[in-house]
Amino acid sequence: MSEAVSNPPSMAQRLRLGDIWKATRRVLREPLGAFGLILVLVMIGGAVFADWLTAYEPNKISPRDRFQGPSLDHLLGTDHLGRDLFTRVLHGGRIALWVALFSTAISLSIGIVLGLIAGYGPRWLDNLMLLLFDSIKSFPTVMLALALVTLAGPSLTAVVIVVVLVNVPGYARIIRTQTLALKESEFVTAAQSMGASSARILRVHVMPNVIGPLLILASMDIPVVIAIEAGMSFLGLGVRPPTPSWGAILNDGFTAIRDTPWIAIAGGLPIILTTLGFTFLGETLRDVFDPRLKGRG
Amino acid sequence: MTALLEVRDLEVTFRVGPMLSRRDIKGVAGVSFDVSPGETFALVGESGSGKTTLARAINGLQGISAGSVSFDGQRIDGLSTGAMKPMRKVMSMMFQDPVGSLSPRMTVGDLVTEPFRIHGVSVDFRAETERLLNLVGLNETFADRFPHQLSGGQARRVGVARAIALNPRLIIADEPTAGLDVSVQGEVLNLLNDLRERLGLAMVIITHNLHVVHHIADRMAVMYLGRFVETGDCEQIFDAPAHPYTAALLSANPEPDPDKARNRISLPAEVPSLLARPKGCEFHTRCPWASDRCSRDAPPVVDKDARKIACHYPLQPGARPPVAEATP
Repeated sequence: MSEAVSNPPSMAQRLRLGDIWKATRRVLREPLGAFGLILVLVMIGGAVFADWLTAYEPNKISPRDRFQGPSLDHLLGTDHLGRDLFTRVLHGGRIALWVALFSTAISLSIGIVLGLIAGYGPRWLDNLMLLLFDSIKSFPTVMLALALVTLAGPSLTAVVIVVVLVNVPGYARIIRTQTLALKESEFVTAAQSMGASSARILRVHVMPNVIGPLLILASMDIPVVIAIEAGMSFLGLGVRPPTPSWGAILNDGFTAIRDTPWIAIAGGLPIILTTLGFTFLGETLRDVFDPRLKGRG
Repeated sequence: MTALLEVRDLEVTFRVGPMLSRRDIKGVAGVSFDVSPGETFALVGESGSGKTTLARAINGLQGISAGSVSFDGQRIDGLSTGAMKPMRKVMSMMFQDPVGSLSPRMTVGDLVTEPFRIHGVSVDFRAETERLLNLVGLNETFADRFPHQLSGGQARRVGVARAIALNPRLIIADEPTAGLDVSVQGEVLNLLNDLRERLGLAMVIITHNLHVVHHIADRMAVMYLGRFVETGDCEQIFDAPAHPYTAALLSANPEPDPDKARNRISLPAEVPSLLARPKGCEFHTRCPWASDRCSRDAPPVVDKDARKIACHYPLQPGARPPVAEATP
């Protein structure tokens, strides 16, 4: 289809920016929401500006400085190879954030498309896809991760694939249910009567009405994703050494936790704070955007 | 004059019930009528008489099991989605729920220009929005609003604007006045009447509101259990209904003049289920004039004075039911 005449940006987009600002103010009014937002912003800031915040390099080995406790020189101490842990934590944040955002974005895109198709398509296709979703969902996450890494070897890509496999069935189901409900609505019938193609009906008329709750859900899943990445890296299924990842740092400190506990703390603390931050933020967002869900889940 | 829309012996069948005892019911059971260019044709009947199903079948939203639908001499029933698409440019439809038939996340401007986008017509969307909104009596500031910010009447006007966007030759309007209060109903009907005259539209109006029919329609058909019991010129039918069901419907219509003497024909019993259609004349279970013959033989459709009537004993003008119930 040709849309030769460009359309000016609609009021819808401008309104949405205003909505975001309004929502942010409401989030800040909630103590937990404000706390969560600050934690998340600090974590993002640390990851983004990691290169400027410390004088060290994350992977520079310096045997003379190994196993040093926290000090002004090394805020979180150093590990068994003499690497500055604060630097590694900041760079580990990059990995965690990247995996969280990238794999959530992929899960969302795939989940939305599959859910729309399952909900709008013929009954047999719907049943087939539900079977597929349920089969994937029936695998425990760790088993899925182990199986995949056995086949393809440990890597960040493996982490992303595991997260996508874990997330997509749930996302697709949510979209499917809402699409089913909207399929019979009058505005969809009206679009059919005007001659709109199925793709256009789904993209223009259905999708904007079904993604809202999913976006909130996805934001609440981000801490889970971060935990999956840390967990897989801890088990050696994720990033390869010497790449800094919180799970890997935790693993480095795990063996020497009696003598030098700060290494494990340096790896564990950011995981706890970040998941906490995202959880608080996600729950507040949910309450702000969808008050009907309040107090559940 | 050749007919713009030609419907012949149209049947729509639904399968109902659980897998093993599945049964077919006919939502529309053999209906024929023509609509000429520029003419307004009204379909009236109780809820569940098959009006909306018939409209959806004409528009191709509902598959038909028998009969044919032709538009401008060309068969359009059973066309593929792709082959039907050009038809949807010249035949548009309005739905019952004024707000619910508008996509909730689209602005009015996007809604009224959606037909151009669907059919890939290159126009200046902003100018076109303005033109269409002005045509239906809204000003262009409405372009940035969302459906939930509109009143029922405003939403209906947006629906009308969308329906006339591509200059169709036929509009099928399903309950164009549903959910609107009386003054707004009047405005919408005047708007439709006005547009019809200016744009030369043919319309099929589905309603159970007889005032609407009187106000706007040229010809009408009365539907009962998926069949037409009486078809003909509106004035004639309003003056002298020939089928007892039509007479009963007309007598039940609220009359604004309280002093006017009237004979209300009250119909006993419920509308029969489509699963158990009565034998003979399907109206005999509720008809005050029914005789033995009515419960045995189905009446044929008879042409009489440019009317089509399915009744063994068509009423004479001014006929009273055997047991008249006079209401003040």
